[in-house]
Amino acid sequence: MSEMLVLIDHSDDGPRKVSLQMLTKARELAEITGDTVAAVWFGPGAADAAPTLGAYGAGKLYHWDSADAYGYVTLPQVEALEYLIDTSEADTLLFASSNHVKDVASRLAIRMEAGVITDVSGIELAEDGRWVATKEVFGGDMITKSTFAEGKLSFLGVSSNAFPAVESNGASPELVAIDIDLTEEAKAAQVVSVEKVAGADRPDIGEAAVVVAGGRGLGSEDGFQLMEQLADMIGAGVGASRAATDAGWYPHRYQIGQTGRTISPTLYLGSGISGAIKHRAGMQTSQNIVAINKDAEAPIFQIADFGVVGDLYKIVPKLVEELEARK
Amino acid sequence: MKVVVPVKRTPDTAGEKVIDADSLTVDREAGESVLCPVNEFSIEEAVRLKEKHGAEVTVLVVGPEEAQPTVRKALSYGLDAGLQITDEAIAGSDALGTARVIAAALEATEFDLVVFGGQSTDARTSLVPAAVAELLGLPSLTYTRYLEVDGETITVHREHEEGWDVVTASLPAVVSVVEAINEPRYPSFKGIMAAKSKPLETKSLADLGVSADEVGAGAASATMYEFAPRPPKEAGTVIEDDGSGAAAAQLADWLVEKKFV
Repeated sequence: MSEMLVLIDHSDDGPRKVSLQMLTKARELAEITGDTVAAVWFGPGAADAAPTLGAYGAGKLYHWDSADAYGYVTLPQVEALEYLIDTSEADTLLFASSNHVKDVASRLAIRMEAGVITDVSGIELAEDGRWVATKEVFGGDMITKSTFAEGKLSFLGVSSNAFPAVESNGASPELVAIDIDLTEEAKAAQVVSVEKVAGADRPDIGEAAVVVAGGRGLGSEDGFQLMEQLADMIGAGVGASRAATDAGWYPHRYQIGQTGRTISPTLYLGSGISGAIKHRAGMQTSQNIVAINKDAEAPIFQIADFGVVGDLYKIVPKLVEELEARK
Repeated sequence: MKVVVPVKRTPDTAGEKVIDADSLTVDREAGESVLCPVNEFSIEEAVRLKEKHGAEVTVLVVGPEEAQPTVRKALSYGLDAGLQITDEAIAGSDALGTARVIAAALEATEFDLVVFGGQSTDARTSLVPAAVAELLGLPSLTYTRYLEVDGETITVHREHEEGWDVVTASLPAVVSVVEAINEPRYPSFKGIMAAKSKPLETKSLADLGVSADEVGAGAASATMYEFAPRPPKEAGTVIEDDGSGAAAAQLADWLVEKKFV
């Protein structure tokens, strides 16, 4: 019997969805192993989030309520987790497989000689007690299973939307405050300021359940106003193909594809995107795919669950109206 | 100022990907292999550091003899020298093992800044830059959309879900870049010709003082043991709009039926 740590990824508004998905999965696994699920929260806000974290499966909540946790790059969280793993019975860590959190897991794995598997979409317990992780590689072309070397601490990076988030009526967890003194090394890279971009109130495309995406077929940056209108109606994030970001119609940070973001939403709705392989590598693991394109031969239709061949400027405004009427 | 750009050789996204069933590693000869597209951005940033600060840039690749064209390709963008780490014992390394080799290569090299690309197009773990920084005890300034070097200080903008963090640190440092950082140029004809005669050094693990049992499949702390191609997707419904947008109603019905709205 040991502890399974779940590193909670959160914004100022509370835990991100992936954190609740991880807790749900951890609870399910802990029922088999008899482990305790312990959430880990860095920065202020732990007490407010505690009831929610408990409801999704956290039996314990370690929190380090210090501005230092995010005042320097990566290492404060590495040092806090190292302290926690050293002083607890933890041998498994679940973390959100997003960019900045992967850095924490990577540095910690080197420090503690742990094994780390990222972008995990399935976790099972093997007969010998080791974790088996499912992971998709080559932009989703290949599905693999991996496991950890014997006796290694196991760090599992969980993909957004890989698991459902299900409440379990769990009680509010026991709160355990930790406090550590950072080393000088941990303060070497200082966060001077945080710049938030416009549109940050829209869900991030990496974690959104629904992503609306636009491409070359939009013809101009004005087309993205239409995409945003549709997205805001259904609570979606907005992404773009590289053709659209390279044309300057939408910022690079929203590019979906081999050199941009990889997304796996429950629904991807692409307009004016032909679905070249370089784009598909970033979105073909989406659970449902809808495509609107004027070219019936566009490759996107080969992977679409629902496709509409036609003029997106006729179809999308009409779709917004139709959805409004069904609300 | 000395800059090192580690690059990766990856299977062409549009090509066939084959995993060798015996070694459980990517068969890089089965399909066409290319300089990983994310490296176009790290190379371009290094070229800009050359133009602005007169940086001397070395491209670093870990890989077998066959990876040499990848080094030459990287040099064709105008970088100064190549360093290739080749050793049979490296095959089968996980991301952390690869990071150990890169870190050892860097320890044997003079540098102020290491510039990685973003997530590689094959394994996409993104673990290597931070792991290398950890092994070297340096800051990991990853997912950088803007960077500026002023004397001994580096300032970067690290992209995240809500925007970016402005971060400062002292050199030496390890950075990785995202696509937003620049617009890569193509190699010039002159660059392609010059790349053929640029110095290229090859080193083995022994040259770096790394023992063979620290890397490779045997040292991997996480191992892939089973793989299968993604099953083909069943064909969905495709309808044609008559030009009036009327098909939108059917799509809306589908979205409601599937409970997306």
